[in-house]
Amino acid sequence: MNKTKNGGYAEAQRVAADPKGVDAGAHFMDGDHAIAEGGLAAGCRFFAGYPITPSTETAERFAERAPEVGALFIQMEDEIASIAALIGAAWGGQKVMTVTCGPGFSLMVENLGLAAMTETPMVIANVQRGGPSTGMPTLTAQQDMMQAKWGPHGDNAIIALCPDSPQECFDLTVEAFNLSEFYRVPVIILTDETVGHMHEKVVIPPADQIPVVPRNNYKGPKEDFRPYQFDCQGGHPMTQAGDGYRFHITGLTHNERGYPAATAEQNKILLTHLIEKINGNADQIIRLDEDQIEGAEVVVVSYGITSRIAVKAMQDARKEGIKVGSLRLITIWPFCEKRIEEISSQVKAIVVAELNYGQMVREVERSAAGRCKVISVNSCGGAVHDPQEILDAIRRAAQ
Amino acid sequence: MSTQQEIRFSGFGGQGIIRCALITGKALSLYADKYAAMTQVIGPEARGSACSAQVVVSDTRILYPYITHPGILMALSQDAYEKYYQELSPGGVLIVEQDLVKLHPEHPGLSVWQVPATRFAEELGNRLFTNLVALGFFTAVTKMVTDEAMKKALPGLVPDRFLKINIKAFEKGYVYGLEALSEGRTAP
Repeated sequence: MNKTKNGGYAEAQRVAADPKGVDAGAHFMDGDHAIAEGGLAAGCRFFAGYPITPSTETAERFAERAPEVGALFIQMEDEIASIAALIGAAWGGQKVMTVTCGPGFSLMVENLGLAAMTETPMVIANVQRGGPSTGMPTLTAQQDMMQAKWGPHGDNAIIALCPDSPQECFDLTVEAFNLSEFYRVPVIILTDETVGHMHEKVVIPPADQIPVVPRNNYKGPKEDFRPYQFDCQGGHPMTQAGDGYRFHITGLTHNERGYPAATAEQNKILLTHLIEKINGNADQIIRLDEDQIEGAEVVVVSYGITSRIAVKAMQDARKEGIKVGSLRLITIWPFCEKRIEEISSQVKAIVVAELNYGQMVREVERSAAGRCKVISVNSCGGAVHDPQEILDAIRRAAQ
Repeated sequence: MSTQQEIRFSGFGGQGIIRCALITGKALSLYADKYAAMTQVIGPEARGSACSAQVVVSDTRILYPYITHPGILMALSQDAYEKYYQELSPGGVLIVEQDLVKLHPEHPGLSVWQVPATRFAEELGNRLFTNLVALGFFTAVTKMVTDEAMKKALPGLVPDRFLKINIKAFEKGYVYGLEALSEGRTAP
């Protein structure tokens, strides 16, 4: 692991959350509301968004809580303006978030690229519904997994996390802000209508038990300030507009002062940094939830709501004597290719269950590289899998 | 055997059906040491027509959050009753609004209970309390959760200024339910 002067994400400075934003205690809450609470707990004080089912409840919760927390909520004219406002507010010194779903996310991808290019921290929750286009506004899906990574034009890297419950909606939104602040990168919460609208118990810890990565604002001599440092690491300071430091933000290929320098040489330096600060630190970023993989002949790979159905199928298969384990992707991007590589050399087959026509299965196939069978249990969305479908695939895989 | 129980609350939009499911889910998961997952059918049809919310209850973490074989159905409208009663598992409990649901002559294998929830609510001053009367009745008849846990779940889910009257509505239904239970007052 590359160690830099900044240290890694694990050693990033963390402080206790601001109690003003923390609604501590046990709640019976849906995933959408938990995302808003996670953002407020993590110190987000700026939300710009445009309502869209099934994500609107997050915006409602944030708007309702904003006055008492001292946060700002703006309902924008559309999703393009929403994410543009986030970029501005982030450089104005705020931790920022928005929420949307497929159609809105499609509008956001242009400025998502700008945010990645300008290394602007922000959290975007995509509460996925069935598509394409306006599709099924009230019904669940996991069809935007690839869009989250490949939506913007040009090479870039983002981080995406996938909660399987309202509790994780809270926990992972806090985590998303911490990752976003440290790596100065957009972090996407890829949840779905089921988790977003499902109510379950959500425990919000007291503020002093929520570690938060604070905004790292530069405080040194003016002449030494660099808004960018292209060393393939995180932990670099920003500045807040109006603090007196000269800086420049552009979507053009730029130097460490932020000024345009559109040359092949500079683009190599910049692009390598943007991608390797994430991919090169994948070991520190990636979180997985593994169950009974040791000695398994079949492993089910899944994420989000589908992982809960997959675990049910796994339990049923184990009752039949099939040695099957579960790998739940908490971090979607960067993808856990090393772990899939290891598993693929130990098992007969990997079953990939997802609420789309087959998206993350491509990553699994690429990482397994023919070392084991890969069986896709895909779906057109609109409803979660019947556990039986996944069980049948596990049986086929075990043969 | 699975320790899982599935409940469907149904009626027409505006009766407080979703609220019933929220209160029950909150009571079970926060004050009764159970796992509970609440889902609802959402869509443009959610006002004035059929409305349904589901609660899955378990002693262990709930994996599949939707109901497949409900053991309890509360139906506060004729439409909801007709639409859902046949999905009840054998031995299931059916609770209907006495004045709004005209029952079929027989429900083999089910235990059927009637509560005049709307009438009781009107006696308390407003039919908006219908859902709390029905919920009190549900609590007494099903014994899924204690009345204490249910009442504890109310703050935050009913407006503060109507908390007392909602508790009163709940208790009205609860007492009526206990009487019905002790007298074995079931419908065929």
